[in-house]
Amino acid sequence: MDKKKNSVGSIVARFFIYFFLILLAALSILPFWIMAVNATRNTPQIQQHALSLLPSVHIKTNWAVFEAKSFAPMTGFMNSMIVSAGATLLSVYFSSLTAYSIVVYRWKFRRAFFTFIMAVLMIPSQVVTIGFYQMMYKVGLNNNFLPLILPSIAAPAVVFYMKQYMEPALPLEIVQAARVDGAGEFFTFNRIALPIMKPAIATQAIFAFVQKWNELFMPTVLLTDSKKYTMPMMVSLLKGDIYKTELGSVYLGLTLTVLPLFVVYFLLSKYIIAGVALGSVKG
Amino acid sequence: MNKKKGVSYAKWGYIFALPFCIAYLIFMVYPIIYTVVIGFTNMKGLIPPPLDFVRDQAGNIDLFANFRAILSDSMFKLNLGNTFLVWGMNFLPQIVLALVLAVMFTNNRTKIRGQGFFKVVFYMPNIITAATIAMLFTSLFAYKMGPVNDLLKTLGIIETDINFSVSAVASRLIVAFIQFWMWYGYTMIILISGILGISPELFEAADIDGANGWQKFLYVTLPNLKTIMLYTLVTSMIGGMQMFDIPFLYNSNGGDKRSIRTASIYIYEKAFSGSNWYNQAAAASMIMFLIIGVLAVIIFFMLRDKDEIAQHKIERAKEKEFRAEYKRVLKEQKEKAKGGAN
Repeated sequence: MDKKKNSVGSIVARFFIYFFLILLAALSILPFWIMAVNATRNTPQIQQHALSLLPSVHIKTNWAVFEAKSFAPMTGFMNSMIVSAGATLLSVYFSSLTAYSIVVYRWKFRRAFFTFIMAVLMIPSQVVTIGFYQMMYKVGLNNNFLPLILPSIAAPAVVFYMKQYMEPALPLEIVQAARVDGAGEFFTFNRIALPIMKPAIATQAIFAFVQKWNELFMPTVLLTDSKKYTMPMMVSLLKGDIYKTELGSVYLGLTLTVLPLFVVYFLLSKYIIAGVALGSVKG
Repeated sequence: MNKKKGVSYAKWGYIFALPFCIAYLIFMVYPIIYTVVIGFTNMKGLIPPPLDFVRDQAGNIDLFANFRAILSDSMFKLNLGNTFLVWGMNFLPQIVLALVLAVMFTNNRTKIRGQGFFKVVFYMPNIITAATIAMLFTSLFAYKMGPVNDLLKTLGIIETDINFSVSAVASRLIVAFIQFWMWYGYTMIILISGILGISPELFEAADIDGANGWQKFLYVTLPNLKTIMLYTLVTSMIGGMQMFDIPFLYNSNGGDKRSIRTASIYIYEKAFSGSNWYNQAAAASMIMFLIIGVLAVIIFFMLRDKDEIAQHKIERAKEKEFRAEYKRVLKEQKEKAKGGAN
């Protein structure tokens, strides 16, 4: 085997493998790199050479263009923050609670309930939009963030993950010990089970947050008031004719919409990758 | 008293599962039923007329008129075709590349360095807002003064700028490429964890039998990855049939939108633009729901693992036994307590 490792063929093969991997890596990075660089260049520069790897100095002029236009990065950021944070909190708390009900208590429909959650895990929610929209319109909740936040209470995929994590991580003896000490059931869940679930909650919180932040379809359907636009909806404002001559501003706008995601990703990429891998292991 | 408490704990199971059930009923079950109902009604226009079943010109109830209208709409067929085409064009190369990379990264012999870095970079496009990526690629492939044209000219591949956006083939290819580019990293990570989950003994046994790398891949890796690959297929298919963000925003500066219009965009525009055909949009939603459901069931039927079903049955029987035993003991104790009190 050692002989094989040092043979010329093997070295050539390794060279090609690394060449291929680096090419793919460049493919992942380059579009975002061009985006960030062009955000700092002005229109004449971009028109002359759209592809540049070195930044320029026009970020302020590009920013100034937004002042007169409807693209409002701060508003979009705040709106997305409210929706994503609210939905994430509800999703992880109530999913943990639901998983706890399945793992800790031996109620009659426990197994049927879990089977139900597994079955609805993959129902494509987008196809029920018309009914959802009409319902929200009737109760006057269009142009409101609540219909984007409240449905996160029922997140079958998160419940499934929490249950898988909770089963080995939360020994029932602990729950029983808490009962002996006179703790109420809610107290036991909030003060004993939740802290044990912290790693799973962190992982799922990241995914729930990113997913909600990126969502375009539902907000586009429900929100028509531009003051309520979320970040991905702001993106669509960059397509108008007014931006045809302001190429640098378009790139700057795009960069601003994803800046928070890059920050989150580079801080937490390790946990995110591990989370993706874990989520898949269902046997 | 103790026993009584033991019984009442089950109550907390129902209480803790209640918020999920209520939210699910309100935000999922009700909208599903409502969407089905709307599909059979006359709900049309910004302020719809009083709700009634859809009727033909003579005023007779014609329940399936909306469904017929959708199924005979050539635009719907085209958009449905686009959806399948673009999804297939992205999924096939995606699963192949993901598989190649997963095998590469798990191979003990080549021992690729910097795996952590590559995983982080390959997965990165997946968490970036799809809307932004669609607009970014619109800018990258812009006609005249786009970075891609600039690059191709600099490399001497082309002499004059290509107008990618007006070509149906190029538009579909680019949208499919974006989907592929956003998702192959995710699929790769899933397949890697799948391969790592295969018992090493299987590979050792293959080594002893003198299998080469290709044979091991064909006879050990692939068969053991079957479940996880079918799972990837189902989730990708469900996502692909609902593809919206990228085709919705790509080519938004003019250009060929028709060739990349998906079923989701069709539904969206049917309901929320023009004459607000909520009823027909709902009918189209139900047709999509059925298509996705049927495809998923077919794939799951293929995925069905016989061992797992048997295991499930055993577990269920065990639990039944446990519950019976629990009740019996409880009853016994109760009687004993009664006896003691007497």
